[in-house]
Amino acid sequence: MYDTIIIGAGMSGLAAGIRLAHFNRRVCILERHSAIGGLNSFYRHRGRNYDVGLHAVTNYAPRGSRRGPLARLLRQLRLRWDELALAPQVGSIIEFPGVRLRFNNDLALLESEIAANFPSERDNFRRLVASIGDYDELNLAGPAPSARAEVARWVRDPLLAEMLFCPLLYYGGAREHDMDFAQFCILFRSIFIEGLARPLAGIRLILKKLVERFKSMGGELRLRAGVQSIVVKDTAAEKIILEDGTELAARRILSSAGWHETMELCNHADQRQLVGGLSFVESISVLDAEPRRLGHDRTMVFFNDSDRFDYRDPGELVDLRSGVICSPNNFVYDRPPSEGMMRVTALASYDRWAALGESDYRLAKLRAYDRLVASAVRFVPDFRSAVIDTDVFTPKTIQRFTGRQRGAVYGAPSKRPDGRTHLDNLFICGADQGLVGIIGTLLSGIAIANRYLLE
Amino acid sequence: MTATQIREAILAILADIAPDEDLGQLKEDVPLRDQLELDSMDFLDIVMELRKRYRVQIPEEDYTALSSMKSTVEYLEPLMKEL
Repeated sequence: MYDTIIIGAGMSGLAAGIRLAHFNRRVCILERHSAIGGLNSFYRHRGRNYDVGLHAVTNYAPRGSRRGPLARLLRQLRLRWDELALAPQVGSIIEFPGVRLRFNNDLALLESEIAANFPSERDNFRRLVASIGDYDELNLAGPAPSARAEVARWVRDPLLAEMLFCPLLYYGGAREHDMDFAQFCILFRSIFIEGLARPLAGIRLILKKLVERFKSMGGELRLRAGVQSIVVKDTAAEKIILEDGTELAARRILSSAGWHETMELCNHADQRQLVGGLSFVESISVLDAEPRRLGHDRTMVFFNDSDRFDYRDPGELVDLRSGVICSPNNFVYDRPPSEGMMRVTALASYDRWAALGESDYRLAKLRAYDRLVASAVRFVPDFRSAVIDTDVFTPKTIQRFTGRQRGAVYGAPSKRPDGRTHLDNLFICGADQGLVGIIGTLLSGIAIANRYLLE
Repeated sequence: MTATQIREAILAILADIAPDEDLGQLKEDVPLRDQLELDSMDFLDIVMELRKRYRVQIPEEDYTALSSMKSTVEYLEPLMKEL
């Protein structure tokens, strides 16, 4: 009998596992796949390392910071700052027709860009920042108001509002067009105030660190251990049945599989409307030179080709109107990466990808690569002649490797901040609890473990 | 344990929780919250570490006694003197 079984060896599950193992709880993490990471994972393809999910770690804080999510996380997991090897971004851009806002890990740059491009909004933006204030991302309270409505109270120019929402929705929007204000505060702080960073070795470095820590404290990790069902008796989860028929018992269960996915495991499927609908397609281009040699030194470019940013299921294979161009090279590393890389991410319709047969699907991936990159080079130097290898992932890829229905990267449109379910001893953590980004989702696992699983 | 040993024990716990801190500079009677910016989750960790390492139970209403190094040692002395 375990004290706790954790479903999913992603960021939140591993963080929760470390907390429990550290305090001598008997804990087992079950992972359906042969690799850990979930929504933020890694793979090797034709001899190269790739990250999935991660463009950047948000919530960056420089060495020695004692405040903020990263500092809290390090203390909770007993990690030294060095261990995550975070290199800050060089600098990023939000580009809409005729307006370009630069930002980096110092809010002053974004403020001055807004003052220069939207002079009448300068003070309004300051008021918005003040209202975001010290919102507590670990406050597990109830629902918050619409972010669109809250932002409109301060920011008058709709174009500026769209430009601010663009990176935040791309990096954490689980709903179409809007998010709740609590989510907005978390994302705004994590991206614009604290900022972006990345370890040179990518997400695998962080995941390996977490797994090592978890196992060294006696935690048990089972790979290829997909959960078939959670057996319910009265108001509690009684046991877990794995896909291979193994039965496991635990006092408590913590699931990072997603709200809807977890409810299905309990055969409690009355929440259809909560399946998230937003997913992405991404093209990955390996280059024979660093992007800055081709004249591109920005870390991220968030682009949109009209005044209105339409963040919704596009009903098409790829929505070419907007996107994120990420260059993992353009962080301030101690030494340069061995190759260049450009990733272009855009909204995609799960249903359109899911409807394709095998050969059409493969063809559509190739076509999506070409169209995505052609869309991106409207906003960055044309890097196509430097491409030496490519890969593409689609909403179907995301669903296959994460178990998230409809490839919903940011999970269900409404969140469960308190982590509770209809069962007394079943809790959820991760994207559907409401914290997003790498640091956010790690903190989600920690917060839920501390609150319910360490008593 | 003597007061000195208890102090060492607390320092070891703090060094675990905040491995990047230079605890040599820690002031005795300034709140840890102010010196190290510890939050409520960290104080809970100190309590849980004391339970894990020394089986010392600290009731929730006494958490305020863990404010500074000085107050913590004074509070723990009677609880840990037999250890």
